[in-house]
Amino acid sequence: MSFVQNFPFFTILMCLLAGVICSILPKKGARIVNTALIIVTCIMSFVTLMFTIKTGECYVYMMGHFPAPWGNEIRIGVLEAIMATFFCFIMLLSMLGGRKKLDEEVEDTKHNLYYILVNLLLSSLLALVYTNDLFTAYVFVEINTIAAAGLIMIRQIGRTIEAAVRYMIMSLLGSGLLLMGICMLYDLTGHLLMSNIKDSIAVLANDPSYHMPLMVTITIMSVGLCIKSALFPFHAWLPDAYGYSTVSSAAILSSLVSKGYIFLLIKIIYRVIGFEVYKNSHIMNVLFVFGLCGMIFGSVSAIRENDIRRMIAFSSVAQIGYIYMGIGMGTEMGMIAAIFHIFTHAATKSLLFIAGIGITDVSGFNRKFIELTGAGYRNKIAGIGFTVGSLSMVGVPLFSGFISKLLFAQGAVQLTGKMMPTLVCLAISTILNAIYFMKTVIRIYTPVPDSKYESIGAMSMKLYTVTMIGFVVLNIYLGVNSTPIVDLIKQGLSMFS
Amino acid sequence: MGPNLIANYGQVVAMMLFVIGFANLLLNKNLIKKIIGFNIMDSAVYLFLAEMGYIKDRTVPIVVDGVQDVTAYINPIPSGLVLTGIVVSVSVSALMLSLTIRLYKRYHTLNLDEISTLLRKEEQ
Repeated sequence: MSFVQNFPFFTILMCLLAGVICSILPKKGARIVNTALIIVTCIMSFVTLMFTIKTGECYVYMMGHFPAPWGNEIRIGVLEAIMATFFCFIMLLSMLGGRKKLDEEVEDTKHNLYYILVNLLLSSLLALVYTNDLFTAYVFVEINTIAAAGLIMIRQIGRTIEAAVRYMIMSLLGSGLLLMGICMLYDLTGHLLMSNIKDSIAVLANDPSYHMPLMVTITIMSVGLCIKSALFPFHAWLPDAYGYSTVSSAAILSSLVSKGYIFLLIKIIYRVIGFEVYKNSHIMNVLFVFGLCGMIFGSVSAIRENDIRRMIAFSSVAQIGYIYMGIGMGTEMGMIAAIFHIFTHAATKSLLFIAGIGITDVSGFNRKFIELTGAGYRNKIAGIGFTVGSLSMVGVPLFSGFISKLLFAQGAVQLTGKMMPTLVCLAISTILNAIYFMKTVIRIYTPVPDSKYESIGAMSMKLYTVTMIGFVVLNIYLGVNSTPIVDLIKQGLSMFS
Repeated sequence: MGPNLIANYGQVVAMMLFVIGFANLLLNKNLIKKIIGFNIMDSAVYLFLAEMGYIKDRTVPIVVDGVQDVTAYINPIPSGLVLTGIVVSVSVSALMLSLTIRLYKRYHTLNLDEISTLLRKEEQ
């Protein structure tokens, strides 16, 4: 066994350990530990990715030397490793970009608490990505929820506490359903490890008397995870939570937390239930319809919004709709598009949140559109970042959003019944996206002759500039050089089944 | 269907409790009642697990008097899951209660809708 194979387990454990260490460190020490940890985790995940690409096969990592039906396992393949690397990288950029704002908005005594929460969140995300055991997944889902609620309310104003309560309520509903689903699966199959459950389900699916219980279980688990990842009718908590929390939290929540749950759902579809059984249960069609509704209604709500942060938050609802549409297509191509859109959305939405904060800061901390006029000239780097993010979300070639839309469309033309609704909704949603994003871009680049607000140069905020450049490069990289990534996703999905 | 339901009455009760708790958490306006609903919902899951793991005429899986026969004991895994679940639900309840206290101190009400209204007024 190669030493590299230990890395995924080390990363999870290191994050938990760093959380404990951060609790006794002062603000600055906690920040250094946190940044170093994310960088190291990112590098280790990347090495794991390279290892899995080189060997071309997945491996199971046994914990505590107890073999399969008794012990706990994590499982590492190409898709898991690329997801982990990407999550760490986005988290690093989000933390760096929001650092200045964090210093302003959060009380000094609470900073190390914030870093504890971030470390916990990262460990739970990594565990969700790697785990091969359903009950472990549930436990880390709850850790993820608690850490995310903490990230929302670390900035203590009425809005954020209310948002955290609403977030917790929706999340608890979701995780209650997920837990019930897991217990029912255990009841049906007698296993908790994903691979064992899949073997049992393959047998049960052919037995008509198990048809109904299996259907109920699949439904409960899917609905639970949909609620947690804020699919369209369950998104009421989202605008407040993303709109008023500190900017690092908003970026991390929108681009990572909800994606962790979606990835878990994909994992359950492939590794627990089995793609064919899941497809035959017709839950996919329900996800598909709600995904389409989310794409339209999320964008409509974003157009009606008069507050830039809340507008970006509502745009997330639309993008989550895209991902569920891809999952709901029920083909491999749709799934690849959905996973690629997870990357696109994570890279773009965190860019938009962090660019958005730069824009509002040079407009007297005002978030209403009317005050933002000309902000793109006052903070040039944020203006460029916002423009790149907007173009990517609209789906202009060169940027990552274009590739995901292309993949969605390619997936759609292979279908028979779902082709027309997919293409029509894709077109409508693109137009709606263009309306609200281009409206904002035009507004921030409308010159004002004598602005009452001061400009800020790129040199006076080096860290922010570096982050912005990182995000822009990532977006363009995903847009220009997407073929190897799509190939990796394909390879990873084939390892899944 | 009927005989099955009667035979598995424990699981039926667990499901009913789950739905009651779920509805309470979703629909009740009062934050404390929401938390109570959440606890009922989670307890229902534990009841479901415990009911499922129990086998009649068998005993706790602790080896005493040298009896090592598998058929003498019940399945220990559901009990382990219940314990883990309890730890999770305790910590989540604590977090929810602390959030409720903070909101109550600020707005002097436990009704979530009233709090939203007050928040909107505060901003104008």
